[in-house]
Amino acid sequence: MSANVIVALAGNPNSGKTTAFNEYTGSRQHVGNYPGITVEKKEGIARVDGREVRVVDLPGTYSLTAYTQEEVVARRVLVEDRPDVVIDVLNAGALERNLYLAVQLMELGIPVALGLNMIDEARKQGLRIDAARLSQLLGLPVVETVARTGEGLKDLMSAAIAHGDARRGTPWKPLEISYGPDLDPVIARMVERIEAARFLTDKYPARWVALKYLESDEDMRTLGRAAGPLSAELEAMAAEVARHLDATLNSYPEAVIADYRYGYISGVLRQGVLIRHDELSQRLAASDRMDRVLTNRVLGPVIMLAILYGIYEVTFAIGEYPMGWVEAFFGWLNETASAALPDGLLKSLVVSGIIDGVGGVMGFVPLIMLMFMMIAFLEDSGYMARVAYMLDRVFRMFGLHGCSVMPYIVSGGIAGGCAVPGVMAARTLRSPRERLATILTAPFMTCGAKLPVFILFVGVFFAEQQAQAMFALTLLGWGMALIVARLLRSTVIKGESTPFVMELPPYRLPTLRGILIHTWERTWQYIKKAGTVILAISILLWAAMTFPQLPEDKTAAFEEQRAAITAQKEAVEATARQEAGSDASGEAVAEAPAGAADAPAGEPAGEEAADEEENPFDAQLAAIDAAEAAAGLEYSIAGRVGVALESVTKVAGFDWRTNIALVGGFAAKEVIVSTLGTAYSLGEVDAEDAAPLAEQIKADPHWTPAAAAALMVFVLLYAPCFVTVVAIKQESGSWGWAIFSTVFSTILAFGLAVAVYQIGTSMLSGG
Amino acid sequence: MGKTIPLRQLAVGQRARIAKVDAHGELGRRIRDMGLIPGAEVEVVGRAPLRDPVALRLKGFTLSLRNNEADFIAVETDAQPRPQE
Ligand SMILES: Nc1nc2c(ncn2[C@@H]2O[C@H](COP(=O)(O)OP(=O)(O)O)[C@@H](O)[C@H]2O)c(=O)[nH]1
Ligand SMILES: [Mg+2]
Repeated sequence: MSANVIVALAGNPNSGKTTAFNEYTGSRQHVGNYPGITVEKKEGIARVDGREVRVVDLPGTYSLTAYTQEEVVARRVLVEDRPDVVIDVLNAGALERNLYLAVQLMELGIPVALGLNMIDEARKQGLRIDAARLSQLLGLPVVETVARTGEGLKDLMSAAIAHGDARRGTPWKPLEISYGPDLDPVIARMVERIEAARFLTDKYPARWVALKYLESDEDMRTLGRAAGPLSAELEAMAAEVARHLDATLNSYPEAVIADYRYGYISGVLRQGVLIRHDELSQRLAASDRMDRVLTNRVLGPVIMLAILYGIYEVTFAIGEYPMGWVEAFFGWLNETASAALPDGLLKSLVVSGIIDGVGGVMGFVPLIMLMFMMIAFLEDSGYMARVAYMLDRVFRMFGLHGCSVMPYIVSGGIAGGCAVPGVMAARTLRSPRERLATILTAPFMTCGAKLPVFILFVGVFFAEQQAQAMFALTLLGWGMALIVARLLRSTVIKGESTPFVMELPPYRLPTLRGILIHTWERTWQYIKKAGTVILAISILLWAAMTFPQLPEDKTAAFEEQRAAITAQKEAVEATARQEAGSDASGEAVAEAPAGAADAPAGEPAGEEAADEEENPFDAQLAAIDAAEAAAGLEYSIAGRVGVALESVTKVAGFDWRTNIALVGGFAAKEVIVSTLGTAYSLGEVDAEDAAPLAEQIKADPHWTPAAAAALMVFVLLYAPCFVTVVAIKQESGSWGWAIFSTVFSTILAFGLAVAVYQIGTSMLSGG
Repeated sequence: MGKTIPLRQLAVGQRARIAKVDAHGELGRRIRDMGLIPGAEVEVVGRAPLRDPVALRLKGFTLSLRNNEADFIAVETDAQPRPQE
């Protein structure tokens, strides 16, 4: 009885499709990706009159050609999944253009119901639409709706399902439009041949196939070539009529077909459907007034910069708190696990590999949520389209798109961003080539995790020009991103720039619900997908920095040292306890250093330690631990790689310690400073307060200003951290591009670092 | 009947009727999908701060396209430009 009904939602971008989908399905929705491409696949369950309805949200499209991924997906879902009915959500204020898609759906023959959405706006603009008349003329249900408030949505769904039920089990009934004296005879002949050969007719109506051949639709032709020899014949027929049209009308089939489709639409609308009380220029008046300020020659860019900067500030200023909580939580988890587990490999795996790895990833979650909340606001309000409009001229010079600015800024175009939400922000770009170039270059920006490295080295070597040095690094990030984008767009991502032809929707106030759902979707996808891969990679990196372990004899030596100190400590403590009755305990501590001076590995526990409250023996023990950690790191795979690479990286001025730190930096750039600390036997180094490490670096003759500059350039540009790499994979749809980004960036960074080091060194020695 | 000029030459505030669209392939299709077909009325409502792209008003919606894309579109005007700004 209650058969499972499938309803597909189609419509132009910005027609209110997502809003309607959210109203229908509430939180019972699922977002995924279509395999191999980045177009989102959204499905949800709605309950209508006691029946369970599966609602599929098709990507927003203007047409059913096969030029964009969105259109290919929409077509494939309609034909392969064969939903019972399609609800086409129209923007009633721009009915002619919106019906262009509706007519193509009707030509496909699938049952269609029309929602005249945004009818509130249309009414305000003085537009009257006779829905009953339109319904009668087209022979399908037409319902006026306001998706924002839910008005009319129920009626639309019920009418659509009833329409689908009535047509269930019968073949699709395609709408037949006349395409004029030049095309109609050809179409008739093609249909005859197609029907006789049953060519693709199991899925497509014959007339649709004929039209697609005339429109030189590559997707359909590819299908046809595999289906049989008739394809060649149809192509020849299409080619011939194309020649004829070119000779007689100086036109071509695609254009003629579009003209007749629009002609059909205006013919329908003229029959008393549409009453327009106003003139072209009077409409959208409020939105136009806003545009006069927001896209003004002078004010526009100023306001835009303020908004972009504001987003960045708000995200990172507010995000700091929840990020702190997440970090604190994982810190607590780390301590709890450390205390609960016995020393050894398992503890190291759980604490350093799993908890720290996953914790590092989860730390980004608050940032991603905030960022997407604001991006969703900008998108739904219509402002994002204006940003693209204003900046397109600049970004186009580099083979990018106006929308590329957002990912750049979020990634650290203003120093301190993060490439993970940055790469994800590239979704706003509808142009595939421009999007890919943006994704691959956004990680060059000065993200927050690179800052500690810069602060450390700038502080040591360029203390006089700190601000200028940091600014120069930020500029270098921008310069490299744009130049490399240009380079990629003329080599590996070659191709015409995607047409910009883009709608500037009127400004609208977004709904909170829409924004929250959008934000949650993105965040959850990140947690889910990134979480699994990242867990695996963090374990791998942990293993690389842990195995092989120090051989027995080495660890035994450290153990001996520790035992010696512990014995001394206990002896001193025992005497202290004896004297405790008469004397202050402070004296006992003060005596300790004299004994400690004989200890084997005791350099750090010098005189200063005596003044401190803490037990000097503990400091010595910590020094031994640090020395062991450093030895262990050097002995591990990562360490050996670091040492082995030294012969190569010398040219750029990196020693083996730096190499290990850079390998660790692939996990997360924050790790560079702390790994460097471990390699210098300093034990735990806080990335934010690396004073002891700065001392070491200053004292180490290996570090020259040239070497420091080379390292900073390298850190700015080399492989993105692996969280970003996973995000690149997710957003580009292939591991290939993720790996490309890693390898290409590293080679580029190394080349530049070598140049900086060599030139810098020769200048320093020369002058 | 007015004279036919490339769409790029329209001033802000000026109205015209599309006479011919010469774009083929993807651009042509996108232009047509948006309703930019011969006979359609357009008005230039603005230009981006760097004078490119241009914002066009069609029936009930606004569209932006680059100058070099507008070059494929010829329009027919009768009124004199009413320049703004
Ligand atoms: N006035 C009005 N605004 C709407 C209506 N439906 C959606 N919107 C708003 O239009 C904008 C775009 O809607 P959205 O659902 O994202 O469009 P989509 O691109 O088709 O998914 C959002 O700001 C919505 O809040 C409606 O019926 N009336
Ligand atoms: Mg949407």
